[in-house]
Amino acid sequence: MTDKRTITVSVNGIKHSKEVPVRITLADFIRYELGLTGTHLGCEHGVCGACTILLDGRSARSCLMLAVQADGHEVLTVEGIAPSSDKLHPLQEAFRDNHGLQCGFCTPGMLTTLLEFLRDNPDPTEQEVRVAISGNLCRCTGYQGIVLAALDAAKRMKATGA
Amino acid sequence: MKPPPFQYHDPKTLAEAVGLLGKLDNAKLLAGGQSLMPMLNMRFVQPDHIIDINLVEGMSGIKESGGALEIGAMTRQRDLEFSDLIKAKCPLLHQAIMHIGHRQTRNRGTIGGSLCHLDPAAELVSVCAAHDATVTVAGPNGTREVAFADFPAGYLTPAIELNEIVTTIRIPLWPAGHKAAFIEFSRRHGDFAIVSAAALLQIEKGKISRASVTVGGVAVAPVRVGDVENAITGQAPTSELFAKACESCRSIDAMADIHASADYRQHLATVLSRRALEKAAGLADNAPWNRVH
Repeated sequence: MTDKRTITVSVNGIKHSKEVPVRITLADFIRYELGLTGTHLGCEHGVCGACTILLDGRSARSCLMLAVQADGHEVLTVEGIAPSSDKLHPLQEAFRDNHGLQCGFCTPGMLTTLLEFLRDNPDPTEQEVRVAISGNLCRCTGYQGIVLAALDAAKRMKATGA
Repeated sequence: MKPPPFQYHDPKTLAEAVGLLGKLDNAKLLAGGQSLMPMLNMRFVQPDHIIDINLVEGMSGIKESGGALEIGAMTRQRDLEFSDLIKAKCPLLHQAIMHIGHRQTRNRGTIGGSLCHLDPAAELVSVCAAHDATVTVAGPNGTREVAFADFPAGYLTPAIELNEIVTTIRIPLWPAGHKAAFIEFSRRHGDFAIVSAAALLQIEKGKISRASVTVGGVAVAPVRVGDVENAITGQAPTSELFAKACESCRSIDAMADIHASADYRQHLATVLSRRALEKAAGLADNAPWNRVH
């Protein structure tokens, strides 16, 4: 028998109330129940970082949480980063302009991770950026562009107050 | 669906959690989930019941009391990382935290969860061994204290009963001005350490008056290297003294696995314990391996 619970989670500012199996991970809830497939699943055991979301503003691996644990909390996924449907966040613009993505698989995790990191540390060194994304694997090995994008994003976010 | 089917319980009080743990068969406690969740996703563990203690009141917090840090078991590693109290009073713990996984895992992972999972390479386990911590455990008959030296019962197995929950970790502080260093060797930043070393030194009038040297990842639980501690106590700190004393790490009964042979772990224990002592004593400021991460 699969135990079920009804949970209410705010995702990208929209409240969702759903009955879910208690064993479903937050990552699968976001993808299968809400249809938000921007959150990617790579390893599903907490190594690759692709499924990183912000839970109450703090980055977390959504494959390492149960959906029921997000009950009453606020989740931000990659779909919620841009301020509107026709405008990118400065972090996303910096990724586009610095060749910060190739295949794009790791990008949702990179963006959510860096969003929290750059808020905590608005003026990072290159070394600090490299440590910050050390939990996110890019199999295109496009780290150079990602690091450049992060450093550029820090400047843009300071300039725009984002 | 990755995790196997289970029933989910989210008690709000410690008494309720202990009650559930005593009543339910094949139950697992879910703390920060950074070890249990991967094991569930891969079905290495198949519990019938998950008891999520994230909503239990009063299990997190950091305070100083009677010359020791008292840390609630559910305190997130992130909160240890950003604690001014820990930075000021317990530099070994502060340094060690920066080696634990990544920001995404430290945001969820807890100190109690790390101690109970008891990975041989876990940084918090080594810090507790280095500082002679005491673990408070709650069970059906109240609480009891376990000295950290007696806490590991075996590989990934703490010496607590199935119906007990770790509630508080007490870390006795060393005097102000003591020296500390935590270093480790891993293939990539944030990976599990192959070997780590923790050194605590108290230096008075140019001589070492008290020393604690711990190597992690070498055996199933951290090893306090008493031979090294004894050999350097009473001496003036020099690289030559440390190099000679740390040779005794070559005889530690080391484990072998896919990552490293026993010989290599003994070698790393010897080199890293020496380097940790040099760093703590301020002898390694210009060493190429002593870069700031």
